[in-house]
Amino acid sequence: MAADLQPKASSSTSTYAGLGIPLILPAWAIIGFFLVLPVMMMLIYSFLTKEFRGGVIWEFSLAAYDQFFFDRGLFGDELPKIEWTYITIFWRSIWQAAAATLLCLVIGFPTAWFIATRTARNRSIWLFLVTIPYWVNLLIRTISMKFLIRDNGPMNELLMASGLISEPIHIINTNLAVQLGLFYSYLPFMVLPIYAAVERYNFALSEAAADLYASRTITLTQIILPTIKPGIIAGCILVFVPSLGAFLAPDLLGGAKNFMIGSLIEEQFKGAAGNWPFGAAASMILLSLVLLVLTLYARQQTREQG
Amino acid sequence: MADQNNIAVDIRNVTKMYGAFSALEKVNLDIRDNEFFTLLGPSGCGKTTLLRTIAGFEDITQGEIVLYGQNIANLLPNERPVNTVFQQYALFPHMNVTQNVMFGLLRLGQDKTSAKFRVAEVLELVQLTKFADRMPNQLSGGQQQRVALARALAPSPKVLLLDEPLSALDLKLRQAVRLELQQIQHQTGITFVFVTHDQEEALTMSDRIAVIKGGQVQQVGSAQEVYEAPKNKFVADFIGETNLLDVRVTDLHDGKGSCILPGGVQITCPAADGAHPGPGHLSVRPERIAITSPNEGLVQGKVKRHIYLGTDMHVEVTLMDSETVTVRMQNSSQIQIPEAGQTIGLEFEADAARLLVD
Ligand SMILES: Nc1ncnc2c1ncn2[C@@H]1O[C@H](COP(=O)(O)OP(=O)(O)OP(=O)(O)O)[C@@H](O)[C@H]1O
Ligand SMILES: [Mg+2]
Repeated sequence: MAADLQPKASSSTSTYAGLGIPLILPAWAIIGFFLVLPVMMMLIYSFLTKEFRGGVIWEFSLAAYDQFFFDRGLFGDELPKIEWTYITIFWRSIWQAAAATLLCLVIGFPTAWFIATRTARNRSIWLFLVTIPYWVNLLIRTISMKFLIRDNGPMNELLMASGLISEPIHIINTNLAVQLGLFYSYLPFMVLPIYAAVERYNFALSEAAADLYASRTITLTQIILPTIKPGIIAGCILVFVPSLGAFLAPDLLGGAKNFMIGSLIEEQFKGAAGNWPFGAAASMILLSLVLLVLTLYARQQTREQG
Repeated sequence: MADQNNIAVDIRNVTKMYGAFSALEKVNLDIRDNEFFTLLGPSGCGKTTLLRTIAGFEDITQGEIVLYGQNIANLLPNERPVNTVFQQYALFPHMNVTQNVMFGLLRLGQDKTSAKFRVAEVLELVQLTKFADRMPNQLSGGQQQRVALARALAPSPKVLLLDEPLSALDLKLRQAVRLELQQIQHQTGITFVFVTHDQEEALTMSDRIAVIKGGQVQQVGSAQEVYEAPKNKFVADFIGETNLLDVRVTDLHDGKGSCILPGGVQITCPAADGAHPGPGHLSVRPERIAITSPNEGLVQGKVKRHIYLGTDMHVEVTLMDSETVTVRMQNSSQIQIPEAGQTIGLEFEADAARLLVD
């Protein structure tokens, strides 16, 4: 009896986690060069003065942030009011990205579940099929989406031929079009992590739940979903974050009314009308927003694990 | 079979096919109320399959499973008043010990207060009170095993199914837990259906054992019955160790048979049902054979080698017709063990031997 009373070594602090500094150096170098450096540059640029034909003047300025949040009238001499234009664009982007994420989840979860519960051989075939469209460039895929959903495109023609609708459904240049575009762009980012989680799921847990008088619904909500939650959350983050900054889908499918942050930022760096510090500032604000969400999530996660 | 009220699980003619392969073939078993019943057999013989058909995880192709008079063959797992201790425990990883044990109680509609009370009671029974707030991955294998047991016991099932619950534990712990399991079975009065491929485990724990081979029940009986009166060669060989001597059966009557041993001596000994005149097998346990001087005893042979087993010693003896017989001797300084190469005689009581069919 005495032998089994010691707890197992905690799984989170493995002796093998520390591989020694030399082995980690390349990873740090890559992170430093490709992640920290660009973000630092962005941060610095956002506090510089704009040059009119694009580029920056190396002079400290808060103008970019001021322009984002405050309206000082046409000549900049009025009392500052809150500038809603950009905040509105941000808000629209957030909920467009959220809607796309939800769409990905609703379609992606059953897909991932289906694939993960096939035999090992069929699984790789299905996974391959899911990823096939992503061998094609995103621009081309977004344009073909436009072709698919336009008023006299194949989707509407099929629906009309089947007699389900009499008038074509107008989707192009609406929020829905953008959501569909984002959904199509990032679906595998939802499917793959959920697939990985379901594949690791031990189906004996479902049997144990049924054995303990749980219905299918209870088993799903109380056993399966909590166990594969990390995969679902990873999928949501992987879809939400790039959707938030996307510009191809909103540009090509959303039209002028459905402008999103990505397009706003893109414009600041394109051609003579651009404003680099403003683009950099908008990027920094977007980045802070994403980091805030991720931090809140991480903190909640550690609290849950006690 | 006589007293229907006494039967917990009645398995009637159950067949389970996987495609063309039958994992269970016309299995008939009556497991009595309040009994420690063991399914014993080699790997792949269908023990898990049988247990899973009782739990409801596997549909049966044919037959009936009657639980205290009610045919449950068509009920879903969550509708059957049986609980399972899984081989790999299958503890819910995101719930602590208390939540794991409480899960079944809440599903049965118990309110939190009374469920908590019951959880404390069961944790006390398996001596895990101190660990109530731990997560499964913070427990040792033995502790996890007891959580799995507590979780299955908490709803007070009519029948508890255990699929090799001790196989993941080391030897010392396994022996301790065996005793505990037996005690818990006595205390709770729940019928245990216990699966193992370890014959020692089966012999020490069970009220009755069903020996299974290739999806078919070979014999059902108490530990003593299956050990001392095996029905066939497989049971004799699988449970404990035995010597199977090639003999010639000459006469059979009243459960006894006469046979001619290698070397020509004739004896009369108990015979299993189905034994018939002609070539047959005589099973003699190694511990029932004694070594005597040459030309004494029932058969003659030459010592081949010794195998040291700690408290015991196996002496392998080659008979005249080149069969090998194993003799088990106590390893003590008083007993003289013959040298390899020495010619000796072997002796056993006729009642300790048994004529078997294939
Ligand atoms: N889903 C399945 N499909 C096909 N055959 C199966 C399936 N499950 C089990 N079998 C076969 O049925 C037979 C019995 O399997 P079972 O798991 O009941 O064996 P067991 O007695 O529990 O063995 P072990 O001691 O190794 O656990 C085996 O030959 C196995 O290959
Ligand atoms: Mg098994």
